[in-house]
Amino acid sequence: MSEAQTVDQDRLDWASPEAKRRVRRRYGANWRLQAYGIAAIALAIGLLGILITSLVVNGLPAFVQTKVDLEIYVDPAKVDAKDPAKGNYRVLVRDSLASLFPDVTNDKEKSDLTKILTSDAAYILRDYVVTHPDSIGKRITLRIPVSDPFDQLNKGVIPKEVDALSWSQVRWFERLRNRGVVVEEGGRTDLKLEVFINPTKIEAGPPPTGDFAAMARDSLQAYLPDVHDTGLFTMLADDASEAIKARVTADPALIGKTVQIPLPVSPPYVTLAKGEMPKVVNPRFSEAQIKAFDALVAKGLVHTPFNWELFFNADSRFPERAGLAGAITGTFYMLIVCFSLSFPIGIAAAVYLEEFAPKNRLTDLIEVNINNLAAVPSVVFGLLGLALFLGFFGLPRSTPLVGGMVLSLVTLPTIIIATRAALKAVPPSIREAALGVGASKHQVMLHHVLPLALPGILTGTIIGMAHALGETAPLLLIGMNAFIPSVESMGVLEPATTLPTQIFSWADSPERGFVSRTSAAILVLLGFLVIMNMMAIVLRSRFERKW
Amino acid sequence: MEAKVAAQPVIQMQAPVPKSVETPATEEQHAIKMAARDVCVFYGEKQALFDVSLNIRDRSVTALIGPSGCGKSTFLRCLNRMNDTIEGCRVTGKIELDGVNIYSSRVDPVQLRARVGMVFQKPNPFPKSIYENIAYGPRIHGLASSKADLDEIVVNSLKKAGLFEEVKDRLNESGTGLSGGQQQRLCIARAISVNPEVILMDEPCSALDPIATARIESLMEELKQNYCIVIVTHSMQQAARVSQRTAFFHMGFLVEEGDTTDVFTNPKLERTQDYITGRFG
Repeated sequence: MSEAQTVDQDRLDWASPEAKRRVRRRYGANWRLQAYGIAAIALAIGLLGILITSLVVNGLPAFVQTKVDLEIYVDPAKVDAKDPAKGNYRVLVRDSLASLFPDVTNDKEKSDLTKILTSDAAYILRDYVVTHPDSIGKRITLRIPVSDPFDQLNKGVIPKEVDALSWSQVRWFERLRNRGVVVEEGGRTDLKLEVFINPTKIEAGPPPTGDFAAMARDSLQAYLPDVHDTGLFTMLADDASEAIKARVTADPALIGKTVQIPLPVSPPYVTLAKGEMPKVVNPRFSEAQIKAFDALVAKGLVHTPFNWELFFNADSRFPERAGLAGAITGTFYMLIVCFSLSFPIGIAAAVYLEEFAPKNRLTDLIEVNINNLAAVPSVVFGLLGLALFLGFFGLPRSTPLVGGMVLSLVTLPTIIIATRAALKAVPPSIREAALGVGASKHQVMLHHVLPLALPGILTGTIIGMAHALGETAPLLLIGMNAFIPSVESMGVLEPATTLPTQIFSWADSPERGFVSRTSAAILVLLGFLVIMNMMAIVLRSRFERKW
Repeated sequence: MEAKVAAQPVIQMQAPVPKSVETPATEEQHAIKMAARDVCVFYGEKQALFDVSLNIRDRSVTALIGPSGCGKSTFLRCLNRMNDTIEGCRVTGKIELDGVNIYSSRVDPVQLRARVGMVFQKPNPFPKSIYENIAYGPRIHGLASSKADLDEIVVNSLKKAGLFEEVKDRLNESGTGLSGGQQQRLCIARAISVNPEVILMDEPCSALDPIATARIESLMEELKQNYCIVIVTHSMQQAARVSQRTAFFHMGFLVEEGDTTDVFTNPKLERTQDYITGRFG
């Protein structure tokens, strides 16, 4: 009774300001917690979005390829019908392209134009003629990829014209203009420089001879003493020295004196003086090539079809011909080896540990080590493979066999852990039911537990395989980044490359075409990963059992 | 109430047991199918059963009753060596099936479990078809030489379990799609499909509604014509309804054992009386 009274006296006043403040605080804390979570998710999604966007923006151009429809007369004089593999296809390609431009006559110009096409053009034609021998003596039209710079030009990745002057060259000119040195008169632009007619550099003549160009340079340098860059002197026109020479010839008494002479500036600076940025043709191309390419576009011969070669060609030195077929094949072989090793071994190990092993120190140790193995950096497995499989056992280098063996070390812990979890998830009532009708332990395992655990096991295995698909470091250590120009020679015991190592090699290449192909290859790899993870999710949701 | 339990001398609990074992079988009593002698069970260091001796008669229902954790399920699982599968479980003493000690090294526990079938508390059909659920046991024991044989065994087992009429049109549907009571009868059909001599039932009705319970109970009535049945139950009424013999377990000891009518109407010990009348448990 007395207790109840004290409680009554101390009863909280839920309407008091303190109580209201507590409630407000509680709501505030609740709201903040959710806000932190939402912010974290937004940040993660944002970063992922940036990654994917940059990959897509960079990689999408690689999914189309600029090609030229080239009509070629397969001249029987150049191709021997008995041995078509030994024809002079380079000349055929060169002349076919040149025939579109009648004003191009000499071989040097023709060769220059041929650089519009991929360097492999002759081989493309050869392969076609070898597989179609009846084309000899006929006119055929082949769709030939253009070389990388023209591919990038057509896709708008690199410009046709670039600024003729660097940013510093523009600034130097501005400084001279600010000092009033730049003079524009009657369509000419001159630099009115104080020129010291250096007696050590010229012979008095007559007529005076010597290095007038050096004198012009020295005088220009004197105006900008802090600039140590020969790029400065392109500001003077080629005939600037002539102006000095003419002045000295007219008045030999000037030798040894300093005199003000207007020196003409070179053409880009003339344009700059007019307030425009001077442009020149991109130095990757010659003027003739640009003209010819524009003509091809105008004739409607240039197309940008979907780049199937990205998937069906093997690697190449030329980005316009490089594809992922070799890498995909190598990855496929490697995953087969990896799967056929790690799936049975992983399941056998997991079943024994989960169902049959006695619980003692040894099995505890094994269990801890399997979990530790999952945390070992994969490059360590690569070193192990290098030392053991290549060094000790002497297995062939760079092969899917060794790659698969190394990656099975990477995936085994994942598979074992997933399998054990799946076995654990099978309820004991099923085991009891089977034991109750007189099934032995292995019958319980094989007839009931394993089939029920299989979706979980497969899910774990697919996730392990997806992990293996993306591994790069261990493969680099065992040399699985071979240059594979042809898919035909590939096999489990032949050198190979894989998708991630192909990405690594392409990312290392300077050509603009490889930059976009790197992103495209990453997109392809991500595509494979997404497909594998989708398979895992579908398996899980379709066969998942609620007990 | 707890003080009362502690006050019971241990010696008193065991006292009546040997006496009842000695009792000669009357005419209506059947032959002794299984006999336990001084059975002790240990889970690691912990002892769960203390010197239990009990006779189980053929063609009758023996009920094991007692409060939770008293060891009645443990005893039941000793009868078909199901405890072997539990890590750290150790059994001493003797359990005889037709005079042969089932714990002797000559007895294969897997075969024993075919002879001593079991039905569990929660219906646990395999996640397979109804047909496969029943065909599995005969198949692994080689009881059917042909598909027709197997079909016959399946139909007979389902008939004996009183389930055939309800499922005869959907033998290929999943066993887990049945209702709880049907699932439990399916499990009984599965247990009798391998033609066992003894059927152990571990609280077979505790997960079922009263109607399904009644069906299982009447089924037990029929099955006891051919089988020796041992049932663990928490329901005193169920034990009184279905069993001919009752054994009362408490704290790992077999306290009292005898004809069901005697145990329920005229218990020899106060503890039994207290439990039956619901004063503890």
